[in-house]
Amino acid sequence: MHKEFLMGNAAIALGAIAAGLNLTSGYPGTPSTEVLETVAKHRPDQTYVEWSVNEKAALEVAAGAAYAGARTMVTMKQVGLNVASDPLMSLEYIGVKGGMVIMVADDPGPISSQTEQDTRHFAAFSKLPCFDPTSVQEAYDMIQDAFEISEKFGTPVFFRPTTRICHAYASIDVKDESEYKTNAPEGFIKDSRRWVIFPRLSNANHRKIEARNVELSDVFSEYERNELLFEKDAGANATGVSHAAEQSANELPAETTGTAENAGASGFSPVVEATGNTASICPKRGIAAGGIGYALMREVLKGKDAPRTLKIATPHPFPEKLAVRFLEGLDEVLCIEELDPVIERELTYIAGKYHLPVRILGKLTHDTENAGENSIDLVEGYIRKFLEWDKKDRANDSVSQAVPSQDGTQSTIKKGAADSQNGASDKSDDTSAPNRFPAPPALPIRPPVLCAGCPHRASFYAVKRAMQGKKTIFCGDIGCYTLGNAMPLDMCDTCLCMGAGINIAQGVKHIEPDTSAFAFVGDSTFFASAITGIVNAVYNQSEMTVVILDNSTTAMTGHQPHPGTGRTMMGDVVAKINIEKVLRGIGLKFVETVDPLDLTKAIKTVKHAVAEPGVKAIIFKSPCVAIVKPNAPLTIDQAKCIKCKRCIREIGCPGIVITDGNVQIDDSLCTGCTLCSQICPTGAIGGGLNE
Amino acid sequence: MNKNIILCGVGGQGTVLASKLIAASAMEKGMKVMSAETIGMAQRGGNVFSNIRISDEDEMYAPMIGTGQADIILGFEPGETVRMLPFLKKDGYVITNLRAVKPTTATLLGSTYGGSEMIGYLKSVIPEDHLLIVDGTKAIAELGNPRCLNVVLLGAAVRTGALGLTEADILEAMPKVIKPKFLELNTSAFKYAG
Ligand code: SF4
Ligand code: SF4
Repeated sequence: MHKEFLMGNAAIALGAIAAGLNLTSGYPGTPSTEVLETVAKHRPDQTYVEWSVNEKAALEVAAGAAYAGARTMVTMKQVGLNVASDPLMSLEYIGVKGGMVIMVADDPGPISSQTEQDTRHFAAFSKLPCFDPTSVQEAYDMIQDAFEISEKFGTPVFFRPTTRICHAYASIDVKDESEYKTNAPEGFIKDSRRWVIFPRLSNANHRKIEARNVELSDVFSEYERNELLFEKDAGANATGVSHAAEQSANELPAETTGTAENAGASGFSPVVEATGNTASICPKRGIAAGGIGYALMREVLKGKDAPRTLKIATPHPFPEKLAVRFLEGLDEVLCIEELDPVIERELTYIAGKYHLPVRILGKLTHDTENAGENSIDLVEGYIRKFLEWDKKDRANDSVSQAVPSQDGTQSTIKKGAADSQNGASDKSDDTSAPNRFPAPPALPIRPPVLCAGCPHRASFYAVKRAMQGKKTIFCGDIGCYTLGNAMPLDMCDTCLCMGAGINIAQGVKHIEPDTSAFAFVGDSTFFASAITGIVNAVYNQSEMTVVILDNSTTAMTGHQPHPGTGRTMMGDVVAKINIEKVLRGIGLKFVETVDPLDLTKAIKTVKHAVAEPGVKAIIFKSPCVAIVKPNAPLTIDQAKCIKCKRCIREIGCPGIVITDGNVQIDDSLCTGCTLCSQICPTGAIGGGLNE
Repeated sequence: MNKNIILCGVGGQGTVLASKLIAASAMEKGMKVMSAETIGMAQRGGNVFSNIRISDEDEMYAPMIGTGQADIILGFEPGETVRMLPFLKKDGYVITNLRAVKPTTATLLGSTYGGSEMIGYLKSVIPEDHLLIVDGTKAIAELGNPRCLNVVLLGAAVRTGALGLTEADILEAMPKVIKPKFLELNTSAFKYAG
């Protein structure tokens, strides 16, 4: 063992290697990408690594290797799992021989995704076990457990970290290489009754899977990472209300405090106390949490009188027996989790199944946010209200204060609900950490934009100029070029999911035949999932222009190679798959490759393409500015500049700024792409390559 | 000891090296380190931040820092420094670069954002002895490399004493994090005092 400062994704990769990983495949996607990249960097000789063409291919490659007894890991982000769901749902029935981990990174927020979907649902849907780490250290340790469980039960398992685990760094304990496991795959043993999916086999295996999951639920109830904490402290004291400070209250039967009455504006129920005697019916409270929500909860409870707590490391199959032990004797439970209320629903179900008189609070009861990520402030606010810390603080301050009447109580509830909806920024003085600063001057808004010199800017601009005044639809796709939607380009009318733009454009065109349909797609997305869409367009006699933005990399996720780059993750230089030839092979007659930074020629090509019938393609080929050495920056001759600001209004390159009223080029940003110089009416912009 | 540090700036300004140096020197002292940072779409010119937490106590669970909990804010851009200010502890320190990065939108909308209003605001809300304004542009020009701005700011931060790490701690960690080729440059950047 030694210490290393590792990114969560690197910890997952090194954990997998320590578990004897033989093969990993994946498709890049934030926040999952660094897992596979780290394996590639540190892989032992016997480990094979590839960026597959998409997630479906990646999952199938990993499954095949696991059929042959290899320990495999497939990596992707949550939306990638949708692409891989076809093989996934069948693989569930077939199972694997070697351990297989499906590493899917979820993105609460979402920070860099189209959806806020929750892979824990996919685990339940596909009936596969799911591991959900709460820290970088746990991610490292748990991925090794995941391989053990997978192999032992002959099933692929999910490993589901979220962004704040994937992209967090921590100093953690990692194994020395001498402690690594190695796995020598046995090889594929022919057995068609095992590996060929037929209805009868699916039926038989379905029964086995259901039985296995009951067994796994028991196994997980004993799993050390599913934990019951602060058990002894459970009880009245843990509610955070000091008895000495208690005053009389209107006694409310427990039922009337239910959220049903407060639907719409519900909050945490008020403490229920007896009047006039020493008896006190403080509800016994507990907290259940998973993922980063657990870590945030522990931060908040640090040094505090903590209530009984349940940590869920395996949301599927849910550790039911452990959950029953947790729920027994509690009156109220707060669930802290991100994305969907998975833990909350499980606990609600278990409470019903075992007739436990406990109220489960969380997203379903509108006590916690049902979208977006958790922050320390949010979780602090939830727990503060749930455990009534403010009341305790006031009591400690010896502020004599009558416990509010029912009316007062109601308003407390409403306030709580309003606070939790407004999130951290609007917290009032009843929280521990208000923003103590006066309102600052207007802060700059910084939406993400295409980089200075990005060739996509030139491509979009060329199409925009060529189609000025015409009826058009510009269908975008997933990648850096989605940013073409930003002003002033405004060249992305739709964006749905990988490869969708090609088919969306066809749909629009069928209904609006007088529009010129365009679909923009990047080179990596082209290989991942656009080819079938183009085949569809050709076969069904569509009329559209496909614009391929070929920057020779997968830029958005950090420059991974793909079939068009001629490099593999094993470091081999291989034949590039030529996009132009693929398109001609499909049957496109008009396919032109042009440098978008040659504006006149680019505009001419677009006009030419639009005039042709059927499906046409333009390949705008120019490398991503982040992977090539920039050219010398350009400069603006202030004597010639008439300050028309055309260069700013038309293309919006971040390299052009106004300083002291003058239009200038920021030489730390400009890559010398020359686009601005091609639109300046007075020829004021020069230098760089032009000289 | 328990320190929470926030680094903030604009995508592409490179806050990573500074976090790595802090982490390496804290680990050298046997401390636990956690950090979180922005990766992805936001890096394309958006506002980015890193949270770094170092502690010699057992209990540290999450890499994120809450409102009013940061001992120090290290801002690479004045507007971004102000954006993160609510996270500053009472008596916390603020180190900020002077030079503003104008967002493309500001240029398009003809906004007048120039950073000086942010510096003025900082001066009005942070006591003089807890606020350090670094002329990064001058530093870069004198050191001859735009890439070492983060280490210049880190040096200033360490000298406040608020980090709980000494200059020697960081200098010792440097060879572990920085390639030999850039060691000399970064050493002088770290020691740069305006
Ligand atoms: S040449 Fe003009 S458009 Fe190109 S990067 Fe420089 S400033 Fe931007
Ligand atoms: S387009 Fe040319 S003349 Fe107009 S503001 Fe830009 S540099 Fe000046």
